[in-house]
Amino acid sequence: MSLVGKIERINGSLVVSQFEGEPKMGDLIEVGNLKLMGEIVRLSNEIAYIQCYEATSGLKPGEPVLDTGMPLMAELGPGLMGAIVDGIERSETDLWELTGPFVSRGTNISPLNRDKKWIFEAKVNVGDRVSGGDIIGTIQETASFEHRIMIPPGQSGVIKSINSGEYSVTEIIGELETDSGIINLTLMQRWAVRRPRPIRERLPLNQPLMTGQRVVDTFFPVAKGGAAAIPGGFGTGKTVTLQQISKWADADIIILVGCGERGNEMADVVAHFPEISDPRSGRKLIERTIIVANVSNMPVSAREASIYMGITLGEYYRDMGYDVVVLADSTSRWAEALRDISGRLEEIPAEAGFPAYLADRIAEIYERAGRVQTLGTDERLGSLTLIGAVSPPGSDFSEPVTTNTLRFIGTFWALDSELAYRRHFPAINWLRSFTRYMGVASEWWSAQDREWEEMRAKALSLLEEASQIEETARIIGEKALPDEQRLVLLMAEMFREGFLVQNSFHEVDTYCEAEKQAKLLKIMIEFYNTVNPLIRKGIPIEKVRELKIVKTLMRLKENRGVEPINSARLEIQYETDELAKEYEVK
Amino acid sequence: MGSIEAGLVYKTTSEIKGPILIIENVREVSYDEVVKIKRPTGEEVTGSVLDVSKEWAIVQCFGDTSGLDLDVEIRFTGDVLRIPVSEELIGRVFSGSFQPLDDMPLPLSTDLRDVNGGTINPAARDVPSEFIQTGISSIDGMNSLVRGQKLPIFSESGLPHNQLAAQIARQATIPGKEEEFAIVFAAMGIKNEEADFFRDEFEKTGALGKTVMILNLADDPPIERIVTPRIAETIAEYLAFDLGMHVLVILTDMTNYAEALRSISIAREEIPTRKGYPGYLYSDLATIYERAGRIKDKKGSVTLMPILSMPAGDITHPVPDLTGYITEGQLILQRELSLRGIYPPMNVLPSLSRLMKDGIGEKTTRKDHSDVSNQLYMAYAEGTRARGLVRIVGVVGLSDRERTWLEFADQFEQRFVNQGPYENRSIEQTLSLAWALLAILPKEDLIRIRESYIQEFHPTNKRER
Repeated sequence: MSLVGKIERINGSLVVSQFEGEPKMGDLIEVGNLKLMGEIVRLSNEIAYIQCYEATSGLKPGEPVLDTGMPLMAELGPGLMGAIVDGIERSETDLWELTGPFVSRGTNISPLNRDKKWIFEAKVNVGDRVSGGDIIGTIQETASFEHRIMIPPGQSGVIKSINSGEYSVTEIIGELETDSGIINLTLMQRWAVRRPRPIRERLPLNQPLMTGQRVVDTFFPVAKGGAAAIPGGFGTGKTVTLQQISKWADADIIILVGCGERGNEMADVVAHFPEISDPRSGRKLIERTIIVANVSNMPVSAREASIYMGITLGEYYRDMGYDVVVLADSTSRWAEALRDISGRLEEIPAEAGFPAYLADRIAEIYERAGRVQTLGTDERLGSLTLIGAVSPPGSDFSEPVTTNTLRFIGTFWALDSELAYRRHFPAINWLRSFTRYMGVASEWWSAQDREWEEMRAKALSLLEEASQIEETARIIGEKALPDEQRLVLLMAEMFREGFLVQNSFHEVDTYCEAEKQAKLLKIMIEFYNTVNPLIRKGIPIEKVRELKIVKTLMRLKENRGVEPINSARLEIQYETDELAKEYEVK
Repeated sequence: MGSIEAGLVYKTTSEIKGPILIIENVREVSYDEVVKIKRPTGEEVTGSVLDVSKEWAIVQCFGDTSGLDLDVEIRFTGDVLRIPVSEELIGRVFSGSFQPLDDMPLPLSTDLRDVNGGTINPAARDVPSEFIQTGISSIDGMNSLVRGQKLPIFSESGLPHNQLAAQIARQATIPGKEEEFAIVFAAMGIKNEEADFFRDEFEKTGALGKTVMILNLADDPPIERIVTPRIAETIAEYLAFDLGMHVLVILTDMTNYAEALRSISIAREEIPTRKGYPGYLYSDLATIYERAGRIKDKKGSVTLMPILSMPAGDITHPVPDLTGYITEGQLILQRELSLRGIYPPMNVLPSLSRLMKDGIGEKTTRKDHSDVSNQLYMAYAEGTRARGLVRIVGVVGLSDRERTWLEFADQFEQRFVNQGPYENRSIEQTLSLAWALLAILPKEDLIRIRESYIQEFHPTNKRER
């Protein structure tokens, strides 16, 4: 059924080919004598335009092309946990062993290892009626990750045979009797990456994703199943922030898509994740992580595919009933790949050279996030949270990728180079960021502490007020301000240093549990509520600033647990009482 | 590159526009293939195929196209651009398209390497983590460089970026190790005297014997710059990953490279993005910068230091902007500091080294290094903010605390950033100096440093002990 054609023209990653017969849009193509991988992106009368995933150096007009008749598919099954794969799901570890440290072209290897045997435990019996999404058995893929083998979407019937035992991904584990005949069951299924996997129903979001990062969880949370974007110029800490989230998010599965980014950063994750343990489960982070690494000097078209690959993998684990987070760094590089192909197809550009369909493509991607009831009869719930970094040229947030992304996401973390310059990390600007998931988050937090919503609002209003006052201070100097306003400035400083700044390389502060976040927030507000009346009664701000507790509060975050926060409360009381006595105010 | 002599010759050029030639009725031509274009004088210029169909090929010419007519002889070589590599390259000087400039022949070698190189498989990469001591406080203390990193210098015309690069090349060592760097130096469109400066510097310090120079100067053909950095890195990769050497690659000036790329793109009538640069500038720069690194189970390393000038000092210009998104940090030089007589005029606040965290700490430098660096950044940011206030409210309008920040910022620039072009400070000296400066501030304000480190390293505590 596969079609053969001939190359007519080669222009960078775009290969134009003649075909006799009818190839389909999106078909996966083997290009040239080297059998490079590519995909059809435009069709006209007997001519196909192919974007090639590998470098096209050396290709000649007249070389053969072969239509596989299938779109780009992800192979889904056991063996991916802890793996590092490229944009078309080839294991980079295997490629390295096979072809050496430099990526070679035309190496056709199967994404899932065909030799490795997995211990499969059947969970259904002969005679059971099953349909797409039903779990037929499990595999303990890593120490703590249970891989659930499902009937592929769209199939249904009666189990004719099924056996527990050791299998490779292609060996037959059983048979399914369907209306149209008997289908062999294996541990592996395939799915076209550009098509969302089907679900039973979308559900409203109901829980924040806890990341252990205070500015995220407390001020600008993202919901499980939500979408977030983190735009920022270079050096503002996009990658470190995403890495922190990938380390500490309370999700079951993390998929890190390095889309056109640095090779050394990918190597860093591969080197360090096996050393770090998840604070909740104690298991190594690498056991729940998959890395899709398409670095910046790999061909752009594979970069374009890598995001879809990452999301499709994410959907597969979501369908098992897990909470999945997909982090894409950076969606701007993906958009540039779109632009590159569009330019070579000589499409009329819209803004900044990007094609007119940029917004549609961005929407398609972010709409694949969600909290769902999966296929299958056991009413499983799963979620896919999607977080994308955006790299705006010249740090200009009005450029097309940033503005179009903002239309389709719920949480926006605006990175600020001024904060990054003072090594205030995460450099998330608290005045420009927003979240649309506050309702969901408030409910969750209020269950931990009834006053939480009020405290958060108070903290944000103090920070906002401080920025106004700073404007004035810039003209008349801080000294000329009334003490009440200077107290607001002091509070803003304390929030910045004692709460918002979080050192990802500090052994304790790298992760802050929810209880500690709430208590830190509370004690800061309590301090303000205690000293504010004293200032109003005429105690000078300098005296308040000199209190030992000010420094203590700013360093509370460095301590393990919440006990030190409780004892600081007594300190506030004691020191402010002393101060009041000194000035004879009550 | 005269190693391939065979190939089909065509005289069917239908159009020449700028650096681009369109050749008709070609057969068996491959994408990216090298062509030889015969100038009327008989000399051959190199080009390569940018776009090819069954009927025609579009070729970019790396030399001057003036004087060519449509009858020009074009020879297709049947191969991509390759250069011969061998140990004998060390100490040699070549043109930007690999013609010997030192009156010696091309090295005899059958080992031909594709100048486009390959992509290092991310799984095969080793995380760069060996601290390089450059002897320059603003780098070692706050933007530490590690072996295998790519760290550019963003500069402006008239600033001492060449002196700085030469000083780094001269002083770079791994504390406790004797191995020296081999240097691959690639010039793109810089002036003769700048190239002479580097040659003299390398000669004076004896580094010339372990240096390979690839020179495309201001009066050389601009389009040749497309291949110059690729030749340099092909040599660097060979020295590092075949011969196990530690190589420092200096590429200057990348803005000239990008301009050559732009003129090709414009001649091909591609849709321009910002400032006329093509949309693929990012990806193209990445194919140069990403070749730096380390490979597991291999001894050598490629450390990359591109120098680029920011036109009109604009860091949002596409070349520095896209570079910053690819490289692992950036060192930024500033005119204002230079005018105040500070060398190197390092604008530390926007400068950054992303790989610093892996290279510093108890095992390599000192455990307080990271905290001290963070504190210096914060204090200097506060100090420059106070300096901005002074312009409006005067020093009298500052609070006592702000005055201390201001005092710190002044001292920091004068004593920490400022140093001699031949002054080589050890990392211990740099950190002691940092503490001496931080001692200007009240201890309570050292909020970014762990209290135990303040106990151990603060000068006042040291004296008490």
